[in-house]
Amino acid sequence: MIKRSVFTNRKLPYLLILPQILVTVTFFYWPAAQGLFQSLMISDPFGLHNTFVWFDNFIALFKDPLYLKSVVITLTFSACTAFVSISMGLFIATMANRALRFKAFIRTMLIWPYAVAPAISGILWLFLLHPSYGVVALALKRWFGFEWNPVLVGHDAMIMVILASAWKQVSYNFVFFMAGMQAIPHSLIEAASMDGASPFRRFWAITLPLLSPTLFFVTVMNIIYAFFETFGVIHTVTQGGPGGATNILVYKVYQDGFIGLNLGSSAAQSIVLMSLIILITVLQFKYVERKVQYTG
Amino acid sequence: MVEKTPILDAFTYIFLMVGIIIVGSPIIYAIIAATLPIEDVSRVPMPLIPGDQFWVNMRAAWDKGDLGTQLFNSFIMASGITIGKITVSMLGAFSIVYFDYRFRTLAFVTVFCTLMLPVEVRILPTYEMAANLFGPLQSIWDLLHLNSVMSWFANHEVDVSLNFSLLDSYGGLIFPLVASATCTFLFRQFFLTVPEELCEAAKMDGASAMTFFRKILLPISKTNMAALVVIEFVYGWNQYLWPLLITTNPKMTTAVIGLQNLIPQADDLPFWNVAMAGALIVMAPPILVVLLMQRWFVKGLVDPEK
Repeated sequence: MIKRSVFTNRKLPYLLILPQILVTVTFFYWPAAQGLFQSLMISDPFGLHNTFVWFDNFIALFKDPLYLKSVVITLTFSACTAFVSISMGLFIATMANRALRFKAFIRTMLIWPYAVAPAISGILWLFLLHPSYGVVALALKRWFGFEWNPVLVGHDAMIMVILASAWKQVSYNFVFFMAGMQAIPHSLIEAASMDGASPFRRFWAITLPLLSPTLFFVTVMNIIYAFFETFGVIHTVTQGGPGGATNILVYKVYQDGFIGLNLGSSAAQSIVLMSLIILITVLQFKYVERKVQYTG
Repeated sequence: MVEKTPILDAFTYIFLMVGIIIVGSPIIYAIIAATLPIEDVSRVPMPLIPGDQFWVNMRAAWDKGDLGTQLFNSFIMASGITIGKITVSMLGAFSIVYFDYRFRTLAFVTVFCTLMLPVEVRILPTYEMAANLFGPLQSIWDLLHLNSVMSWFANHEVDVSLNFSLLDSYGGLIFPLVASATCTFLFRQFFLTVPEELCEAAKMDGASAMTFFRKILLPISKTNMAALVVIEFVYGWNQYLWPLLITTNPKMTTAVIGLQNLIPQADDLPFWNVAMAGALIVMAPPILVVLLMQRWFVKGLVDPEK
């Protein structure tokens, strides 16, 4: 798309777009090409010789039980994180939308975790859920006789990183759901209540369906967040442990590439993640276009 | 609401209170811990009445974590990314929307292919790129066997190696993260909604492209810029993986990374009070930015086209 009335200038448009193209090519296209190239190579332990091996790295990757385990862990982790943060965000937004007073105060109190870095969120929750100093571990043990230990037990560690990751995302979702609900015409709600629909019925029959574009967008963003940005949480809280129980794909790329120096495998893993993101983006754009048609 | 439902309304406020408390609990707990002396914070359960050691712990965190230097680095990185992204993308979007030239579509596609790809998926090659910015030139040089060509010309052994590293530098922290299409996309969407008449009128009055940009486009983009300042500042400040890779010198690392050193490990004394004080210091700047610019931030996040 372009404007009807445009400027005519021979050099200026190129000059204006140049910085953007330059950073994009230097820090995106070249590294991506390099990654693709590396993913087809195996280098010896000293990094002196590269051997071209076609798709061996990818084949090895999908045969590696550790990688497949990491895929399952990532799927579980991101599904749980997205579910917790979306349902919590939706619930709070529904309540906040009903509230008539203190609206600004409520919004302020719910919005700030957005600004907390995932890594810091991890530190806060690590302390809150710490097996020996945290208050939660003590309460669980005293009241339910349950031994909570995220440092040693895989499931507990998983719950801890899910909570730490979902927490800061609640405010992001809250903001979007609030905006989505305010865009729903009030006349619809009024008409439904004239017909005798209870507030719960109205939520299920009107608010939720009309919120579905927002819900879709937020789900995509949450999954991308859980896949990639939660690196900070994993690195500060569990380092992928205990026993690889929280070793999500992004963390594995980092571990295999920077700690294990297995460049070929790490590059192949990067390529898999990149393809995944591209797939999600394409799907999203298709959906967004459909949505535009609906609304005219 | 539509009808009177006093019981449901009461529950609404109760649930909201509970929600706010749940959302706030990690930070409330952290604030309490940050006011306690070490004997209290390592007691199980930790007393929930704040102590008087707040400034002592703040001081300890500040000195132990070298937060002064690192906060400064974080600030440079976050502002660099914010300013860089907004400048680069505004100019780029202006070029794409307001000019018609041969490679316009190519430029558009080149930039927008990178829309959703976060730095996390291409860490290793990007790291190599940053480690030697002239890497591509070097490869071309080697590919063409220019060393031997040069040797032949100069009649003695020539070995050219091009090296320019961004490791442990502000440039390395900033530039790779400026490469993102999201801002450009948002500005493009916004420029497309700007009425055609503005540009026509400006042209009629004999304004050049840059005058139009400076005098008209820039002022009407202020709200969008304010929103992006908040979003990108928070994004830049909270970066984790990239600064972790690109900096090895503790003097060059950012505060979010440095905080790691304050977490008590298994065999340390459990200085959680100091760790929490440090966490509070490091998270304060982006929270302040979000709260102070709340109005623009919400608008920009949800509704970038207007």
